[in-house]
This record gives sequence, structure tokens and C-alpha cells, in this order.
Amino acid sequence: MSNTNPLLDVTGLTKHFPVMGGFPFKRKIGAVQAVDGLDFQVAEGESLGLVGESGCGKSTTGRLITRLLEPTGGSIKYRGQDITHAGRKQLAPVRSEIQMIFQDPYASLNPRQTVGKIISGPMEINGINPPGGHEKRVRELLETVGLNPEHYNRFPHEFSGGQRQRIGVARALALEPKLIVADEPVSALDVSIQAQVVNLLQELQQDLGIAFVFIAHDLAVVRHFSQRVAVMYLGKIVEIADREDLYDNPRHPYTRALLSAVPEATADDIPARERIRLTGDVPSPLNPPSGCRFRTRCWKATEKCATEAPPLVQVAGNKEGHLTACHYPETHDTVPAPRLSKDVAA
Amino acid sequence: MTLPTPSAAASLEVTDEIGQIPDSSANPKGSESRSPGRLAWKRFKRDRTGVISAYIVIFFFAIAILAPLIAKLYGKDPYTTYASQRPELLDAFSYPAGPNGGISSDFWFGIEPQLGRDVFTFLLYGIRTSLGIAVAATLLTTFIGVVVGVTAGYLGGKTDYLVGRIIDILLSFPSTLFFIAFMPVVYGLFVAPDENIPTSLRAISLILVLSAFGWASIARLLRGQVLGLREREYIEAAKVTGASPRRIVFKELLPNLWTPIIIQSTLMLPAFVTAEAGLAFLGVGIIDPTPDWGVMIQRGAQFYTEDITFMLFPGLSMVIFVLAFNLLGDSVRDALDPKSKR
Repeated sequence: MSNTNPLLDVTGLTKHFPVMGGFPFKRKIGAVQAVDGLDFQVAEGESLGLVGESGCGKSTTGRLITRLLEPTGGSIKYRGQDITHAGRKQLAPVRSEIQMIFQDPYASLNPRQTVGKIISGPMEINGINPPGGHEKRVRELLETVGLNPEHYNRFPHEFSGGQRQRIGVARALALEPKLIVADEPVSALDVSIQAQVVNLLQELQQDLGIAFVFIAHDLAVVRHFSQRVAVMYLGKIVEIADREDLYDNPRHPYTRALLSAVPEATADDIPARERIRLTGDVPSPLNPPSGCRFRTRCWKATEKCATEAPPLVQVAGNKEGHLTACHYPETHDTVPAPRLSKDVAA
Repeated sequence: MTLPTPSAAASLEVTDEIGQIPDSSANPKGSESRSPGRLAWKRFKRDRTGVISAYIVIFFFAIAILAPLIAKLYGKDPYTTYASQRPELLDAFSYPAGPNGGISSDFWFGIEPQLGRDVFTFLLYGIRTSLGIAVAATLLTTFIGVVVGVTAGYLGGKTDYLVGRIIDILLSFPSTLFFIAFMPVVYGLFVAPDENIPTSLRAISLILVLSAFGWASIARLLRGQVLGLREREYIEAAKVTGASPRRIVFKELLPNLWTPIIIQSTLMLPAFVTAEAGLAFLGVGIIDPTPDWGVMIQRGAQFYTEDITFMLFPGLSMVIFVLAFNLLGDSVRDALDPKSKR
């Protein structure tokens, strides 16, 4: 986690989607603040997990890093090179180093192309001619991701979800990237397959030294895969820390609530830990709450939370690199306020 | 291991997306692939209506292409007025003298009333003209529709809005009325009012006018398809690897658009055949003495009370062709896109 020379350096990253409306001439009547001022770094070979509930801007962040979306503000630096607003031609050299794995293995492979074409496509586009030709390299890649290299000429519809996701991984690997943005790579898969794919990604990370931005809503998967974890809420990072630190010592109330919501398999005679149940819905990103965005659902919210947005800082008692955006951080022995219903996991 | 009755319906439900997932061990020759196209072909071959229709359509195209050869073997042509050489062919009222419109071993489909031309060769050449115009109009329409639709869908924004409104306007025109109104205008563009209009110009004008009013529907359909496909993750995957817009359109989008393109054009062609015949019937398309399906029906309408045989051949053949082609279009759609079935 050396901040001295990070692979990816994101500062103040913002994406607002304009909302058009009005008659007879359409004009901007608002903006969905999908991502609002993110700061984080990814070191070489490191895996950063990005967690949060649906609609908090995780996927948008992933698409901003891979420049599928144009950021509204902030900057993205890859190896010190500013790629925030780079065009297709300027991006070309960086393209091969930042790749993406997609969520839906059924939509991420072109149904009209053979596996060979899908995986060799990126090499063709970037003019990479591996020794022994494209086909040999594709067969190698198929073997790397645990597929039969003989499946070179098959079409995506002939594979299962897990196999398809492996093809997607092989496609991302074809350019020998340094950073892979994995947008919920396993959430569309069966639980039994999830572990296989996560283990595959972990092997790749360790063997090839690829850095990951791992987007997920499954805390268990992130805990397994990522050395560092960032928790997002409504377009902002509320807490970022090393894995153990975050899971053992969550300081932000939202992180705590998220962690307590993870279902646990417990025997009947062992008392289940208490669960924090958040009330209400996530506010609309069209019109986020003032101050701290979590205050509408937080049991500790005060006047200060409504007027002053808490900065993402290392609060007292945090380890090095553990940043929390909260005025009233949790401590180990904090007891949830009585406003919350306590419920016992069966 | 055999299931008692593998239901035919279930096997037809095999779609491009789900398909059967072959066990890698079950098929040692893993390199064998089943492309979506080959699966569609397999489905099509199972569809008996489609196969029969395909044969009928192929037959019509074959006789259209081979018309000069058939006419040569048969020994007659569509322009000669045989009655002027052999006056005994027509009776005093200029109707065929023989029974059934003058059908004989010499004149297989009989002879035409008044002028006494040979019906068989006239029909052969008529099919040739009509199909030629319809095919050309279909190709041009499809081309314009694909270019406009894909452009509008891919670029989106203002282009899409503008194209969308043009399509709205075009589709709101009553097309038949506009064909009739526009044909003389188009002729007037090329030929002075007192000059004769050459047949080739008539054919080209017909193709242009039919295409000008036909592209809008296919363009709108493809625009919608592209809008849907554009957001697919495999397009994003191509973008992440740095693919150019050109590559995305030609390698990623177009191959996935062949299905709607083929379906639309197979349903469009018979519509153009009837439209072309309709215009000829109304006198604004191809006119006598050029052999044409519509011209024949128009001539036949003049005599049908006295000589129904003359109307029967072009009428029946056209019904058979259009019906077969429409059924073929349906079968092609079912084969390419089994989910749209029922």
C-alpha cells in the first residue's frame, strides 16, 4: 500500500448523469450524482475491493476507470499519466494495460463469434502478434483459465455461465494487463461456481502480479479476494482500509451495518451476533442529503451531520491507511442505539 | 439412455443464447462447433412448410433467370403477335379461337386476346421483369435502411432524433397514393413530357420510388436493435480493448443484426412484387408491350368476362409466388429467431 507511486491514482472522481426534461425544448433539469468525489489509489499487484449496495456507484466507478464513461470531474492517473479525458487514440497505449471483466457472462460475449475470435480480438485490435500466432496464444490462455484449448472454435452458447466467465477472463488476459477492473465478476454465477472463478482470479493476481479493482456486493467474496476494501455509499467512499482492519474494526456506522448483515451459519446453541437493521431506503442520488449522505439512515446522526460533510480521514484510533468519513466513528464497544430493531439470525 | 418421447416442441426451443451445453467429455472432438447460423439452418430444415416454400421460390427465380433459354427451347417470344401470321388463332371478336383460351401443344398457356401474343413466354418474361425490379428494390431498400438505421442507432443524440422524425414523416405517407403521384414526377425529371419513356428508365424509376418509401420501416427496426445492442457488455468489452467505431459496427454489431435484416428483406420482397404489379395495373409502372406480371393482370382484367384463362395464369402464379415467399419469410424468421415464435 505504498502511496509513493501507485499504479492507479484517482482523485475527486465525479460522474453526474444529466437528467433531461421539459417541453418543448429539452434541457438539463437535474443530475444523478452517481459518483461524487472519489479518492483512492491502487498499488501495483494489489487488489482493491469496492463494496456497497445496489446503486451506490460501484459499477459507474469501474466504467470511469476503464474510460467507458466520461468523468464529469476529478482525475484518473495511470502510472502518473492523466487519462481522465484522453481520446481513443491517446488511450491506445494504456488500453492494453487496463482491462475489464464484466458482470453478465451471457451478455459479455458476442454470440456470433467463436471463442477463438473473442479472445484474439483484443490482440488484433492492438496489433499484438505473439510468437506462434494468435491461435497458439489463445489456446494457452484457454488453458490458463482452466478451459479445454480444443474449444477454440466453439461458440459462447455452447458453454455454461462459469465457463463463459472464464472466457471473459481469458479475453481480459489476452493483452497482458497490469490492472483488471472486475465488475461483479461472480454475482451472476451459481454459488458453487463463484468460488472457482474467484480462486482463478486470485491465482492470476498472485502469479501474474495483476492489480485488481474488484467490485462486488458480496462482502465474503471481497474479504477473500481483496487486500484492501473501500465501502461506498451513494457515490462516496465512506471507509477504506486494509482487509483485516475493516472487517475487525469497522469505524463507519454504515460499514458496521453492512458487516452485521452478512448471513452467518451458526449452530442453534451458539448465540447469533446481533444484527443492525437499517431503516428506510437509500436516498435518491438525484437529490442526495446534505452533509453526510448516510445521515438519513444513521442512528447517530446529529445537526452536525446535516450541515457538514465528514471528510475521508484517518480518525483517531485508526491504523495507518484506514480512512473513515464520519463525525462520530464507531468504536469496538459501541452499542447500537435503541432506535434500531435488533433481530436474531435464525 | 433414451427418453420415451423427446418432445419436438422442446427441441425447437433451443435458442442461440441458451443452447445445449455439451459436456466436454461427451464430445472428444471439441473443435467441432455449432455456429448460430448452422443451428438456424438445422431448424429451418426441420420446417416442412419452409422447405416446400423455398423450393417454390427457387423455382420461380430459376424460370425468371432462365426465361430466354426456356423461350428459345420453346421456340417463341413474348413480342411476336402470332395471330397476325396465323389469323385462324383468333375468332371474329379477337378472342382465342381454341377452347380454354387457345391452349394447345403450340401455345401451352394459350394466346392473348386481340394481339395474339404467346401467354407462356409473356408470363416467363413478365416474372423476370417483376422479380428483377422487386429484387433490386429490396436490395436498395435494405442497404439504405441498414446504413441509416445503424448510423442513427449507433450515433444517437441529435442524429437519431432527426432521422427518427424523417422516418415518422415517411411512414405517415399513404405510400400507394404517393407511388401514383410520384411516378410521373420522376419520369419528368429524366424525360421531356413529349418524349417516349424508355423501359429501363421506367424500371429504374420504379426501383427508386419503391426504395424511397420502403427504407423507413427497416431503418426504424434496426435503429431500435442497435440501441439495444449498443449497451451490451460485449460492445463495452470491445471498447475497453480499444476497438474503433468501424470495427464495433462491422465486427460486433452487424453480425448480430443479420437476423432482423434477413427477416425484413424476405418479407419485403413479396410486398414489392405486389406493389410493382399494382403500379403496372394502374398504368404508372411498366407498361405494355413490356412483359410484366402487373401488365398481364391489367390486360387480363379487360377480357376476363370472355376469356378467364388469360387472367388465370398470371394471377395464380403471382398468388403462389407471394404466398410461398411469405411463408418462407415466416420460416426463416422462426429458424433464425425461435423465441419470436408464437
